[in-house]
Amino acid sequence: MPPIVSVKDLTKTYPGGFTALSGVSLDIEEGEIIALLGPNGAGKTTLISAICGITMPSGGTIEVGGHDVVRDYRRARDLIGLVPQEIALEPFSTVWNNVRFTRGLFDRPRDDAYLEGLLRDLSLWDKRDAKVMELSGGMKRRVLIAKALSHGPRVLFLDEPTAGVDVELRKDMWRVVERLREEGVTIILTTHYIEEAEAIADRIGVISRGRIMLVERTEELMRRLGKKELRIELSEPVGPLPDGLRRDGLERAADGQALIYTYDTHAERTGITALLADLQASGLQLADLSTSNSSLEEIFVGLVKEDGQ
Amino acid sequence: MNFGAVSAIYKAEMARFFRTLLQSFISPVISTSLYFVVFGSAIGGRIQEVEGIPYAAFIVPGLVMLSVMTQATSNASFAIYFPKFIGTMYEYLSAPISFFEVTLGFVGAAATKALFIGLVILATATLFVDLTILHPVSMLAFLILTCVSFSLLGFIIGIWAKNFEQLQLIPLLVITPLVFLGGSFYSISMLPPAWQIVTRFNPVVYLISGFRWSFFGQADVPIGVSLLAISGFTALCLGIIWLIFRTGWRIRS
Repeated sequence: MPPIVSVKDLTKTYPGGFTALSGVSLDIEEGEIIALLGPNGAGKTTLISAICGITMPSGGTIEVGGHDVVRDYRRARDLIGLVPQEIALEPFSTVWNNVRFTRGLFDRPRDDAYLEGLLRDLSLWDKRDAKVMELSGGMKRRVLIAKALSHGPRVLFLDEPTAGVDVELRKDMWRVVERLREEGVTIILTTHYIEEAEAIADRIGVISRGRIMLVERTEELMRRLGKKELRIELSEPVGPLPDGLRRDGLERAADGQALIYTYDTHAERTGITALLADLQASGLQLADLSTSNSSLEEIFVGLVKEDGQ
Repeated sequence: MNFGAVSAIYKAEMARFFRTLLQSFISPVISTSLYFVVFGSAIGGRIQEVEGIPYAAFIVPGLVMLSVMTQATSNASFAIYFPKFIGTMYEYLSAPISFFEVTLGFVGAAATKALFIGLVILATATLFVDLTILHPVSMLAFLILTCVSFSLLGFIIGIWAKNFEQLQLIPLLVITPLVFLGGSFYSISMLPPAWQIVTRFNPVVYLISGFRWSFFGQADVPIGVSLLAISGFTALCLGIIWLIFRTGWRIRS
């Protein structure tokens, strides 16, 4: 199946000369949830803006549902719903009219039952006749989500949906996202919360300085992350490993001064006890022990640092 | 053509108008009455007639035009500036709509409001003077064309403006003087010959002249020239808007 969103060699340079995106390529499959992680100013919002038509790309192509977002913008944008990062709503109009307005912009026929369901899902039904200016920040964010879903999009962009959002709304939002996933809606979200990406996304992409550093299936990334390293410093360098010590995951450091054992923290048996017992039996003298793990956070920070050098 | 979007924008803009209906209605009525008191009664008492038309009646077309032009410009400029100001512009940019549909929705609403106010002023005027409209169809056509073209102009100003001061600048510095100097309250033939030539460069002269012709059958410039001028002005504004959307100037980063 062709990807629902296909970005090829996308670049964006602002008139001031700032390059927000340099050669981004990304394919997003229909029905998946992909999380884009990256520090502030990495280019996440610019990427979303370019796909949705808010920013004009300087180079490269973007297709949504097989339609070029510039040449065939009507059909491309018809598939898209966008929840922006900043709260921006017509303040003097009611919640109901705000949501109906967006549905109208997408040329959908009036469907009060659909909008009622949407507002109920987002706990907005009681507030439907309230003016937007009377709502709390969290409620306004709910209205933004309702607007983005008002025309039944096939691709939903959530730009930092949980920044400054309380637990209640976060729960409501993930419930809606879960339902959308079941309906086969593709969801692209940006976030700072790594746990959130882990919990919800099928794939995770890391963006830094306008480039995609990595895109990987979440479970693969987690498998890589779930590994820990045990470093065993030795008093005396060791030659080839004695037979009694050989096992999966154990390597000799290049200088022979240390052994490195990689193990899976989620496994039933890590094999550490057995290794330590065998080490003692082999007569090797241990100087020190240390463990380290690679969390998504660390990979993330590592990638970004590497890039910065 | 995305008619749903045009209608959504139009309705939302009209809803804004109806929310402040009383202000929209009362302020033109009061200002028109004031003009009649000052120009019609106080000054008109000394002038008597202009080109065979009682002065109080002579100024009615100019008064209507003055309000319609300023209202159309300020309504349209505010309507498109507001989404820029509060950040809801993203909605128009990410929806499956063309520049023409966005313009149609906003300008259509602004022109409707201006037309409504124009008709209210006309109705108010009948309380002060006896009015006969010689060419009602032409009168309505001029009125509607003026509403549309100045709404288009306002739309451009609203996109151009970066703050509220700039939003007020053009109407204050350009439109009001042009209207006052465009023969709203006098006939061009009353001016010295040199100024008559200068006045020919004021586009508003053609609008007011054509509009006045619809009432009294008398004009400063031929009616055909007036029609041509307003059509040209409308086309110019449309062209500028088309360019703005094509390049994304001050709209799309």
